[in-house]
Amino acid sequence: MTENSERRVISVIVVNEASVLSRITNLFSGRGYNITSLTVAPIPDSKYSRLTIVTSGSVRVIEQITKQLHKLIPVLRVYEHADLVEKEMAMVKFPITENLSDINTLCEAYNGKIVNVGENVVIAMVTDEPRRVDHFLGAIKRYNPKEIVRSGAVALER
Amino acid sequence: MQISGAQMVIEALIAEGVNTVFGYPGGAIMNVYDEIYKQNGFQHILNRHEQASVHAAEGYAKASGKVGVALITSGPGFTNAVTGLADAYMDSVPMVVISGQVPMSLIGTDGFQEIDAIGISRPCTKHNYLVTDAKDLPRVLKEAFYIARSGRPGPVHVDIPKDVTAQIEEFNYDIELELETYKPNVKGNPRQIKKAMDAIAKAKRPLFYLGGGIINANAGYEVRDLVQKTGIPAVETLMARGVLSYDDPLLVGMLGMHGSYSSNMAMSETDLVIGLGVRFDDRVTGKLSEFAKNADVIHVDIDPASISKLVSVDYPIVGDVKNVVKDMLEQVSKVKSEKYESWRETINEFAQLHPLTFHEDSQRIKPQWVVQRVGELLGDSANISTDVGQHQMWAAQFYPFSRPNQWITSGGLGTMGFGFPAAIGVKAASPEKTSINFTGDGSILMNCQELMTAVEKKIPVINIILNNNFLGMVRQWQTLFYDKRHSETDLSVQPDFVKLSEAFGGIGYRVTTKEEFDAALKDAVAKNVVAFIEVIVERFENVMPMVPSGGSLFNMMLLEKKETK
Repeated sequence: MTENSERRVISVIVVNEASVLSRITNLFSGRGYNITSLTVAPIPDSKYSRLTIVTSGSVRVIEQITKQLHKLIPVLRVYEHADLVEKEMAMVKFPITENLSDINTLCEAYNGKIVNVGENVVIAMVTDEPRRVDHFLGAIKRYNPKEIVRSGAVALER
Repeated sequence: MQISGAQMVIEALIAEGVNTVFGYPGGAIMNVYDEIYKQNGFQHILNRHEQASVHAAEGYAKASGKVGVALITSGPGFTNAVTGLADAYMDSVPMVVISGQVPMSLIGTDGFQEIDAIGISRPCTKHNYLVTDAKDLPRVLKEAFYIARSGRPGPVHVDIPKDVTAQIEEFNYDIELELETYKPNVKGNPRQIKKAMDAIAKAKRPLFYLGGGIINANAGYEVRDLVQKTGIPAVETLMARGVLSYDDPLLVGMLGMHGSYSSNMAMSETDLVIGLGVRFDDRVTGKLSEFAKNADVIHVDIDPASISKLVSVDYPIVGDVKNVVKDMLEQVSKVKSEKYESWRETINEFAQLHPLTFHEDSQRIKPQWVVQRVGELLGDSANISTDVGQHQMWAAQFYPFSRPNQWITSGGLGTMGFGFPAAIGVKAASPEKTSINFTGDGSILMNCQELMTAVEKKIPVINIILNNNFLGMVRQWQTLFYDKRHSETDLSVQPDFVKLSEAFGGIGYRVTTKEEFDAALKDAVAKNVVAFIEVIVERFENVMPMVPSGGSLFNMMLLEKKETK
């Protein structure tokens, strides 16, 4: 019985206390759910933090994930987003010998720019939808990127 | 009041109305044990292994409906207790387990008897705490008890470093809890309840599917009322035995892997499953795609995550089953009992076709007979605990349960070694009843050190060991599915169980005939002391009926028909 697996973004508001993150990640590993990406940061002026989890699974699995998350004691709210604005950041390190104006032009197409210049390398940054970040990372392959880091997605309901 | 963290633990337990604590002292929890020595607000029962302390607290909780409490030390004390935590988590047993931890300054240094206790207990508790400041202790302990017993009950673990139990702070237990992230929904949605009652009134072959949640919610008598007023037949899960009395004509029996033919057939033929406090466990449903295939499903449960987890539910009702059943009873006049006459008749025919029974043997006692006989001799006057294996299934099948909380077993985790310590907790909670533990020659050895606990505290548990010189349930699977390769299940080499009991100061009987069994049981009950009754039973008896793992409920292996004399 194979059910269609789909990508979902879930936001979780939790009390900002010790070991709350491990409660969440334990739940995913213990019950065999996927985490594609996970970001977490405190919500300003509150005792809560917000996690954005990108996951995938069948409709039933996604329903279970939200219910099981909600069952954890420090979890205040779980949003399974349908209509959302989603962004992810990526930073890439290039040799300074590459064509910097090409790189800069590409970055601009993805809401980014060169943010740091060193003796041997430059660092470029883009911020866009995760799917478009994928495209960007495909496009810059020819410029010999030395290091790539992605932030994981953050999202807000429209 | 300025008191130490250790004193706070004592004061909190007393404030929670705890009268029995099970435990085992050790380095990191010594400050608390020092205060136990000085107090007389509750009794402490010293088990002889931390696992047994937690099982005893479970037995206490299951028999009394109160929160069980166990107290243990750090490191190995805690790791020994993990099996009990996991057992309580699977069976939703309300419990608070308090462990000592190395002092704060040593945490993270691989100190003596240090282990990341809350890291280990996280996946097998409802919630857990590491208390890093005694100022937090009153709130944490109060939350722990509240979380353990509210909503879907479960074990809560509180880990307290040694220096925190020594720290002196202001103690005030009279505080309002502010748990804004934890608000269990106890009241069922009235619209959903009305829809469910309409569906019941419309159904032709409805069936109650009763689960352990009813016992946890203390809703047994409300459910009896609902079943009786609707005239709808009911099947029980392993954990729900005793919700309906054994002689209730509407009780079809236990369903599932070792359920009765009529129960499993009723579940396969029903057009409306009315699940109350159940979780569609794989041992109950068999092959999911064939489970109650033509039925709509009503599911009442306190835990939203239980609903539509495995089986899609048509009428979900999140709430405390006691409240929901009371609301259902208000609309019960919609349901006409006469309408189900032919359905009840069909189920009776199933029961007559393949009744739940066994074949007597002139040579050796049959294990099922022992269970039945205890039922005849003790019936309602006994609480029944079990270990895990064949004896557990026979006890569930053949004991005449007459009330909720009479039956104490390890269902979800299936923990061998559960029975004896649990029966100690049961006896501590309800001393007026005889506490019986049905066990096997495999299981009893997993916590037989509890003889010492029971003898010391004069807790007269009667252990009935159904001895077939086998790890019987595994042997049964090997016989049926592994071409009789009985790998490591032959327990021919055994201790002398009579001497074992006697060595600890209990009494022991070894019986091979029915007359000897009657005499031994009556003697043990009359003497009111800790006892082992070892019954030599047929070695190769199988638990029947049986739904092979992953098979459909209606495809049962059945007891072979035999000419009756």
